[in-house]
Amino acid sequence: MERFSTVFLVAGVAFFGFSIFVMAWLPFENMRDIPHQSLTHLGQKVSPEFAQLAKMFPDSFKKYYPAGVTPTSYAKALRLGRDTYIAEACWHCHSQYVRPVSNESIRFGPVSVAAEYSNDLQLPQLFGTRRVGPDLIREHGKHTNDWHVAHFWNPPDVVPVSVMPRYPWFYEAAPTEAEPDRYVLNERGIAIVTYVQWLGSWLEEYPATLYNLNAEGAR
Amino acid sequence: MSSQAVTRPLVDEGLVKAMIVAAMAWFLLAIVAGLLFSLQFLQHYPFPTIEWLSPGRVRFVHTNMIAYGFLVNGLLAGVTWAIPRLTGRPLLFKRFSWVLFWAWQVLVVLTFTGLLTGHAQGVEWGETPTGFRPGAFNLKDMNWAPVDILVVIAFIFVSINYYTPVILSKSKAMYVSLWYFSAGFVWTALTYVMGNFFPEYFLPGAAGAAVTGLFIHDLVGLFVTPMGWGLMYYFVPLILKKPIWSHGLSLIGFWALAFFYPLNGVHHFLWSPIPMYAQYGAVISTIAVEVVVTTVVVNFFATIVGSGEALRDSLPIRWFYTGMIFYFTTCLQCAVQVTLTVQKIIHFSDWVVGHSHLVMFGVFGFWVLGMMVHLWPKLTGNAWYNPRLNHWHFWLSAVGMFIMFWDLIIAGLVQGYEWQALAPWEQSIISSAPFWMVRTLSGTMIVVAQFIFAYNMWMTARGARSRLYVAAPQPA
Repeated sequence: MERFSTVFLVAGVAFFGFSIFVMAWLPFENMRDIPHQSLTHLGQKVSPEFAQLAKMFPDSFKKYYPAGVTPTSYAKALRLGRDTYIAEACWHCHSQYVRPVSNESIRFGPVSVAAEYSNDLQLPQLFGTRRVGPDLIREHGKHTNDWHVAHFWNPPDVVPVSVMPRYPWFYEAAPTEAEPDRYVLNERGIAIVTYVQWLGSWLEEYPATLYNLNAEGAR
Repeated sequence: MSSQAVTRPLVDEGLVKAMIVAAMAWFLLAIVAGLLFSLQFLQHYPFPTIEWLSPGRVRFVHTNMIAYGFLVNGLLAGVTWAIPRLTGRPLLFKRFSWVLFWAWQVLVVLTFTGLLTGHAQGVEWGETPTGFRPGAFNLKDMNWAPVDILVVIAFIFVSINYYTPVILSKSKAMYVSLWYFSAGFVWTALTYVMGNFFPEYFLPGAAGAAVTGLFIHDLVGLFVTPMGWGLMYYFVPLILKKPIWSHGLSLIGFWALAFFYPLNGVHHFLWSPIPMYAQYGAVISTIAVEVVVTTVVVNFFATIVGSGEALRDSLPIRWFYTGMIFYFTTCLQCAVQVTLTVQKIIHFSDWVVGHSHLVMFGVFGFWVLGMMVHLWPKLTGNAWYNPRLNHWHFWLSAVGMFIMFWDLIIAGLVQGYEWQALAPWEQSIISSAPFWMVRTLSGTMIVVAQFIFAYNMWMTARGARSRLYVAAPQPA
């Protein structure tokens, strides 16, 4: 038990291998039947938000997505949006799964299931482990494109107490003094809004959440 | 030492020294990044419009520089010092060890640059850039240095370098430290490959999350922990000048850790779409680890019985044992927080941030720092420039850590209960504000402490003696 070969082979290799078998291979084997969705497949269902972004920013859209509002452009924007979401560490302050506890299904929407995550944009998975901001997996349609465009420029402009960082590099240029409300997204900006609006868009219907209920109450 | 002709010094002290300097440099960078990031939570981030200093990217730097800059260099410095002494043989490579050292620093620089320029990988604590975009494992799509692959290659050479003296050692039974090191190197290589390649290229969603959970946990449990405990088993008996209390207990501690620790990782994603049996298994084995930890801690505290004055007289021992108390605290906390009931409230909250700071700084950071306090005068050949500064270093670090831990634990409970109570999300931000302020202040204490220590190291290396320090009269 105190020899190098025993420690190396039993503790180092065999125990580690056992943990991989139980904790990684078995879950993988269990979920193997879930069909995997490629990015091309995901791109087929072009979202209305993406079409609206094309209308909101015709010049940038033409420049960066010359194919127009097509599945190819949509897939390209989703991929770049996901990559930006990773590069900017969004996933360190926003999770992407709704748990069946702590009233989360009331706050965010339906509890997450494994099938929702079996696609190219969850390679690597973006479950997240911390919520400084809210969970985003049911974010689709909760806010308008306009809201996101103003929010990424300077979150406290929209939510005064927000501690989310600013992302001015998602924009073609800073709004001018003459037109302080005129934000123009660039390629990454269009992509990140498209990606965030995609999260949860696969649900059959808009979930009745605390957010919707509050919004209705306010109306 | 064996009687055979040793053609070179047993330990390359210059290498140990270089590793300690590198560890300290990365450590200072990492904690400054952490402090900077904490300012975002106060809505006072100084560089809000500079892309490469975006708070999210700075957070990557904080965690990655701690892992790959500070802990790898710091722990390997101790291992480089200990393995030749325990085996009576030098490391395999003489000059190539230096090549590996510099190659590692280049990798850390590449990681640092990659993270700030937006090439992070989406694997928590393994954000080291892959170089290849997922789904397209080809040279054409390579948009950054393939740090992940280079790390694996470097680590294979590192393992060969450190394994050789252990394998060639004449004594049949290895000392406890060597069990931990022997398992630790192969674990690290396997863990790194598992975490950095599988979720990125092969395992989407829940299957990938299971593996990512294993990675986050194994990097702590199968690299930092075995190296850390191995060094404790080496340095503590040496400084106390007495053997470890129970050989049997250390056997139990090692083998139980080796079995249970790798099974823990999925507990990072409880109540997630990962199959429940994996989650239950992770919870149970995590609680089992707590039992293991108790045996190790009992062993060390039984060792110091009768030598309690060392806690006062020997600063390294004080660092080590404070770290062990924090270790026991954090593991006890873990056995509680891992249960599915407690997870309902504390998951996603600052509670977890408090926990991870206590583990990485309060335990392993403390051990590495204690080791530096012990080794630095030996390596430079000079007495400490001003030993009092080392006491300031200890107390500021320990008190800062203590405040930060409790601050974040309470903040986590506040956040968790407000979320459960369906308070508007903004309410949890408003309620957190005072806690985040205290977090920044306690972090400042810790950062100041490390700069004091770095200054003391610098002056000691130059052979200076502080005029302000008057040595206490030695008892006759």
